Amino acid sequence: MASNDAEFKPGFWGWLNKRLPVAQFMRSQLLEYYAPKNFNIWYFFGSLALLALVMQLFTGIFLTMFYKVGDTTSFDSVEFIMREVDYGWLIRYMHSIGASAFFIVVYLHMYRALMYGSYKAPRELLWLFGMFIYLALMAEAFMGYVLPWGNMSYWAAQVIINLFSTIPVIGPGLVEWIRGDYGVADATLNRFFSLHVVAIPLILLLLVALHLVALRQSGSNNPDGIEIKERRGSDGKPLDGIPFHPYYTVKDVVGVGVFLLLFAVVVFFVPTFGGLFMEEANFEPANPLSTPEPIAPSWYFTPYYAILRAVPNQRLGALLLLMAVLLFFFLPWLDRSPVKSVRYRGWWYRGFLAVFTVSFLTLMYLGLKPATGAYVTAARVSAIGYFAFFLLMPLYSRWDRVKPVPERVSFHA
Amino acid sequence: MRKSALLALALLFSPLVLAAEGEGAGAPLDWEHWQAGNEVSNTASLQRGARNFFNYCAGCHSLKYLRYSRMAADLKISTDQLKANLLPAGAAPADYVRASMAPEDALAWFGKEPPDLSLIARSRGPDRNYQFLKTFYLDPSRPNRSNNLLVSNPAMPAVLSDLEGVKEAVFRNVEVTVDGKVTTEKRFDHFVTVVPGQLNDAQFDDFVRDTVNFLDYAGEPSQVDRRSIGVWVVLFLLVFTWFAWLLKKEYWKDVH
Repeated sequence: MASNDAEFKPGFWGWLNKRLPVAQFMRSQLLEYYAPKNFNIWYFFGSLALLALVMQLFTGIFLTMFYKVGDTTSFDSVEFIMREVDYGWLIRYMHSIGASAFFIVVYLHMYRALMYGSYKAPRELLWLFGMFIYLALMAEAFMGYVLPWGNMSYWAAQVIINLFSTIPVIGPGLVEWIRGDYGVADATLNRFFSLHVVAIPLILLLLVALHLVALRQSGSNNPDGIEIKERRGSDGKPLDGIPFHPYYTVKDVVGVGVFLLLFAVVVFFVPTFGGLFMEEANFEPANPLSTPEPIAPSWYFTPYYAILRAVPNQRLGALLLLMAVLLFFFLPWLDRSPVKSVRYRGWWYRGFLAVFTVSFLTLMYLGLKPATGAYVTAARVSAIGYFAFFLLMPLYSRWDRVKPVPERVSFHA
Repeated sequence: MRKSALLALALLFSPLVLAAEGEGAGAPLDWEHWQAGNEVSNTASLQRGARNFFNYCAGCHSLKYLRYSRMAADLKISTDQLKANLLPAGAAPADYVRASMAPEDALAWFGKEPPDLSLIARSRGPDRNYQFLKTFYLDPSRPNRSNNLLVSNPAMPAVLSDLEGVKEAVFRNVEVTVDGKVTTEKRFDHFVTVVPGQLNDAQFDDFVRDTVNFLDYAGEPSQVDRRSIGVWVVLFLLVFTWFAWLLKKEYWKDVH
């Protein structure tokens, strides 16, 4: 098993490997990367997130060939793509529905980490890189949403940029600096285009690379939350590990198939998904004189939007919104439980995870509804549930009566 | 599938509902839940809808993202038919569908420019397009003597009244309690036809449905292609996923 056999192979393969460690890389990263054998369905979403990213980059490149940024051209050029570019409608639908698909996958990916304690030591940095990816993705999605310059694009930009005005002292100046104008205008659209197609994708790619390197370093967690590296056989390989390739490559291809199947059903048969993936108001050009009723952000932002609106004071609301996102970063240090997986945690953690799940989904729903009467009350209750999960975690994760964690992962062939 | 089911339902129930409401008794006319029930793959309906559009709408409204030639190809209208019946004088088949009326005239006559209808089916949905076209009524207080239930005080007059006839809206006063105070509110109840039109109820309903169907098509001309390609993509992915699953099962036999 000499690591550099390929260098001495005849022909092109040898020539290449003498100059670039392709074979060595594939061996060390795929064939000799041992992943736990007990991954369940929740472990598909990492590779699917990567697929979604590649799909967005690929479709984005083609959209950029035809899209014409500018407050008088953006809307028309999107319709041009939808109608006159060969298969432009397909590329455009894949891109805008791809954004929603990306968030579905990322939310499930993150939820997996909550269930199995994947953010806990030694994977804190892996989790932090993931959270920065999530932040970059939110910025990317928001700016991308503005680009078609529909009426909801315009008003979403208006609302979201104005959140920065709640920052004391520098707020109003900052908002003007972000917009590049006294209102959301052509200058805003142009800079969002630049950030959406160049700056943030670069940041995303860098963060994804770091996320993967950190993953390779600590190895994947698993549904039992057991470190497989700690139980090695006489050959030094983890007893509960299997080579990533071919086992998880073939398995992930099944996940890709199912994902693409669901994705294709939406793209080809229900592209607007009842107004959830593409809103009706965005089929009207941006109009500063006509506010859509109600202004609702894309579904993947609605939990935070519901928290914002649940608070009567706008500044406090914006602060809570920020906190709702940032608290995820602190999970590795808020969680004091000696075990990772929900399988071996006690009822305290399970209970609070259930409260968080219900609160998050309720907030998601409420963000799409008008902020009136019972909806506001429900949003306040859910926001308390949401924050309690994080803020009380140092307490309940310590009180929790955990079960003994077995030495080996549970696996049924 | 859903649309054809809705169409069937609408065809089944709408004449009954209209008949019942015509007698002026019972529950108010439930126009807010009317569904267009149109089917974009029905080319004959689209052709009739295009005819209706060019006869009744195109004078004022453009479809600025749709080319005559694209429409003709999708609707299986020959170039000769297009030139003879639909293309305005001086327009080329590759031109976009433009309104005949000059924008400055529109502004002077109606107070606003009639909106482009390319995306009206996408921004409002076919159902509301249908409800709009079917709920015009006589209102002598308005400059154009007409009003509408969906869009109150529209700049657009009741342009289809020669076909539909002239309807009066019957309102009734309803007592409502708002914050403990009882007030009376004018609520729409039903329509009464005062001047019959050229079409009977069922014919006019078809006329509106075809027109709305055409607007639905104009909102996304690729949608019929989209669905037919989608069937093949989904079938391919089913087979692909099945084979991927078999491959996975084969490999994972060694994992214990």
